[in-house]
Amino acid sequence: MSTYKAGHYDIAVIGAGHAGIEAALAAARLGCKTAVFTINMDAVGNCPCNPSIGGTAKGHLVREIDALGGEMGRTADECTLQSRMLNRGKGPAVHSLRAQIDRRRYSTVMKHKLELQEGLDLRQAEITDIERDESGMWLLTTRMLGVFSAKAVIIATGTYLGGRIFVGEVSYESGPDGIFPSAFLGDSLRKLGVKTRRFKTGTPARVKRSSIDFSELEVQEGDEPTVPFSYDTLTPVENKIVCHVSWTNEDTKQIILDNIHRSPLYSGMIEGVGPRYCPSLEDKIVRFADKKRHQLFIEPCGEDTEEMYLQGMSSSLPEEVQTEFYHTIKGLEHAMIMRPAYAIEYDCIDPTSMLATLEFKDFPGLYGAGQFNGSSGYEEAAAQGLVAGINAALKIRGREPLILDRASSYIGTLIDDLITKGANEPYRMMTGRSEYRLILRQDNADERLTPIGYKLGLISDERYSRFTLKQEQIKAERKRVAETVIAPSKELSEILVSRETSDVTTGIRLIDLLKRPELSYEALAPVDKSRPDLDRAVFEQVEISVKYEGYIKKQLAAVENMRKLETKRLPDDIDYMNVTGLRLEAQEKLNKIKPLNIGQASRISGVSPADISVLMIYLMKQNKRGE
Amino acid sequence: MNNKTIAAVSTAKASAGISVIRVSGDGAIDISDKIFKSKSGTKLSDMKGYTCALGDVYTGGERIDECIATVFREPHSYTGENVVELSCHGGVYVTAAVLRAVLDAGAQPAQAGEFTKRAFLNGKLDLIEAEAVMDIISSRSKASARAALEIKDGALSERIDGIKAVLLDKAAHLNAWADYPEEDIPEISSEELISALTKAGKELDDIIKSYDNGRILKDGIDTVLAGKPNVGKSTLMNLLAGFDKSIVTSVAGTTRDIVEESVALDDIVLNLSDTAGIRTTGDEIESIGVEKARAKLETAALILCVFDSSKELSDDDMEIIDSAADAPSIAIINKTDLPSKLDEEKLKDKFKEIVRMSAKNSDGVRELIEAIKRVYAVSDLDSNLTLIYNERQRSLTINARNCVHEAIEALNIGMTFDAITVSIEEAIAYLCELTGERVTDEVVDRVFHNFCVGK
Repeated sequence: MSTYKAGHYDIAVIGAGHAGIEAALAAARLGCKTAVFTINMDAVGNCPCNPSIGGTAKGHLVREIDALGGEMGRTADECTLQSRMLNRGKGPAVHSLRAQIDRRRYSTVMKHKLELQEGLDLRQAEITDIERDESGMWLLTTRMLGVFSAKAVIIATGTYLGGRIFVGEVSYESGPDGIFPSAFLGDSLRKLGVKTRRFKTGTPARVKRSSIDFSELEVQEGDEPTVPFSYDTLTPVENKIVCHVSWTNEDTKQIILDNIHRSPLYSGMIEGVGPRYCPSLEDKIVRFADKKRHQLFIEPCGEDTEEMYLQGMSSSLPEEVQTEFYHTIKGLEHAMIMRPAYAIEYDCIDPTSMLATLEFKDFPGLYGAGQFNGSSGYEEAAAQGLVAGINAALKIRGREPLILDRASSYIGTLIDDLITKGANEPYRMMTGRSEYRLILRQDNADERLTPIGYKLGLISDERYSRFTLKQEQIKAERKRVAETVIAPSKELSEILVSRETSDVTTGIRLIDLLKRPELSYEALAPVDKSRPDLDRAVFEQVEISVKYEGYIKKQLAAVENMRKLETKRLPDDIDYMNVTGLRLEAQEKLNKIKPLNIGQASRISGVSPADISVLMIYLMKQNKRGE
Repeated sequence: MNNKTIAAVSTAKASAGISVIRVSGDGAIDISDKIFKSKSGTKLSDMKGYTCALGDVYTGGERIDECIATVFREPHSYTGENVVELSCHGGVYVTAAVLRAVLDAGAQPAQAGEFTKRAFLNGKLDLIEAEAVMDIISSRSKASARAALEIKDGALSERIDGIKAVLLDKAAHLNAWADYPEEDIPEISSEELISALTKAGKELDDIIKSYDNGRILKDGIDTVLAGKPNVGKSTLMNLLAGFDKSIVTSVAGTTRDIVEESVALDDIVLNLSDTAGIRTTGDEIESIGVEKARAKLETAALILCVFDSSKELSDDDMEIIDSAADAPSIAIINKTDLPSKLDEEKLKDKFKEIVRMSAKNSDGVRELIEAIKRVYAVSDLDSNLTLIYNERQRSLTINARNCVHEAIEALNIGMTFDAITVSIEEAIAYLCELTGERVTDEVVDRVFHNFCVGK
């Protein structure tokens, strides 16, 4: 069979999931002629894992993607069924937005956006072969024997690459949701010299709404008023559905323990490494044996479907065992399984083989994003896709790369963790991963990233002027709050006493009242007579900056220290085996990761503080020699 | 490796049974071969690591001393380099002559701490171990040597790990609670956090306090002998020091300057200053000494006020009592061999510790030592206690403690838990730095270990 020349692009993206979508849109929007290939045109922007976007730390990522000029936040807002701000009351650093979404609609909207994007071709094709010609051009062969050439390729294959599904003793090659896997590309990549390994993930069953007895289940409503993900969404999103809560019990546990030998995870059929934070129910029961019950959420998959998602009930047990244990759960006694739960194993790479631009160190012009890089989650994937797409385009256009450091964003933290520490399991973002979380809040993603997105060319002038107006208002309001003195009054005393904070007998500056944890902008409204009529978001920024001032200052000082270490550049041609004084483990790790600077080196596991001292001494020596 | 070869006397520079000259570096063995001839005729360069040979050291054809040479081959040595240790007969002169022979043969004199620095750079020691070794080198009494060994063996690390484990548990709980709001994570209360943090803060305080005690063990207590002229201060000093240093006469006002001496009494070191007797004097030179003595009293960490048992308390005595009022002090009633005229009751109001002794007859030294230990609570200050030993460790411990206190204060005023979590994690980071560990994903790992989370 002979191949044919099918076309040429600046950038080719393999996969149209959450990573591929952001990569393709960013590349095209930055003026590169781009193609995005999907195995199945009906699986663009699919959400096979769960019908929600955001959540703790993931919500931060979506806001940052939006602030930088990505698409996920806008589309999630358009498809929201229920919106909740998690962790209200636990502090602004951990407020996280999550939306239940209509998964079909999400897929449709995203697909249409790709279709409408100028400079972007969405094409159904399985890429079976990848190689580089002598000029450095990448050549992609499709199943239909078309050969596309591209200056840069972004791999975003999700769970499709070498995908294999497991349900009990049954196992077969497949992508998610019964779609064809990518069966040939893995071998081609390995032939090229890319090392791959196996990870696994899973999803619970979908059951029919009418077979569930909701009468005794706790209802979970959305929050009012709602907050959108996107700074472009100017009309509030609507809560359209409710979710329900139920619990497993001793019977559920017994059935699972009686059948544990039939789980491919425990029988050894699955070799892939699964995430600790996304355990199957059998994992939870075995690892936390003394826990009597586990919680589950019953969530609608969309407005025009009867499929209900059982969050928390992932399993790879045989179908009949699933049916049996689901039926032990209150409300699910007669549940009809529409799609069984399954585990899926797939090929991914070791992300320490990549640069902070998500380009492979050893393969110029080849990028990766999402689950292919060892992460987990739609939001983590989209964040990487955006950064890979931007960097591939910047390189082609001869511009400086975009490297977001840990203090800039959760996106930067995610990428730094991946390329520096690697991933021993699918990597999920958590607020606990950021040492700067009091400044990396979901509420100030625009302040941190929109100027960067604007400079890149991903933020419109109209949006940018809205952004600068907001920043000016924040500045002016902060000044007003610092200067305004509130006179003592009966009204003020009543507010203070009712909030259990000490009363005042003399005038007090508004800023000093706002500093008190017991008081809020809202509470002080009656006595704050000169308050201008501004957006709630402006007051929020001022309030946080006042209340957390000490912490914010401290974290900014830490950022400055970190950035100092980041400026101590390590030449990429150092052979660490020749640096005397380093321990062998450190020499090996440093040679593998080739950190860009001392800061990154200090975050590599296996590199001790003593090794860093040695490296600093080495650098000093080198610099002296160079003088 | 391309290091110059260094050599130094690695035992104390004092008369001792045996002195060791250590030679380290690429050329250590070849250089030693130039000056050492073994009795068996075997060259050091033909010997394996961890073996030794008896022989003689020569310089310019002249035999200096009989020595045992021990060969260590890299990386299996203290510094991780080739090392030869020459154990010779202890005298100061002989030791210096052997070292000179090694240096003449091509070695460079080692800088202070250079062996340890090389050991550290070659990955033989971690930061805390290196610091502890530095302190063994400089420690001056057996107690501080023992305490320094403790750190090296990881006793401090163990104690810090205990505190860290508590903080990690709380940080993990807070993180699980924040990152998994919809999971079945047990509530965490402000009271529970305050109680755990207060305990951790107290333990860190204890460690910081142990540093001050540690300094006493290591550097000694700055002690001033105060008293009127001719009450026997110099005799007492000489008794404590074990040899004549001050000029001892019976003419009042002989000691015109401050004589300093470090003396080891059991486990504690006193840095003794024998001051000029305090009194109003017309002698110009003596009055300079008196001024110095007064100044010294103000900075002293311990004042030993010496009184003459055979005389009644005078105005000068009262002035001394007053000047000693602010510092830890002990009254010594000397010359108990003479008939007593001094009213002890008057001293009992002013001093917690009163020791009767006769310096001339060497009576009462044991009682004095016990009194000093009581004043400095040295009896509680068991050298088995884990101690931090230098400023770096102390400041890291203080930083960690301050973070813990910051978290407690924030909890008390009702700050949100996200801010509390950051302070606790910062404390953990300082403790990791103290024990030389890398701050990794410990908190995240603990979340998954302790809590059943995830969909």
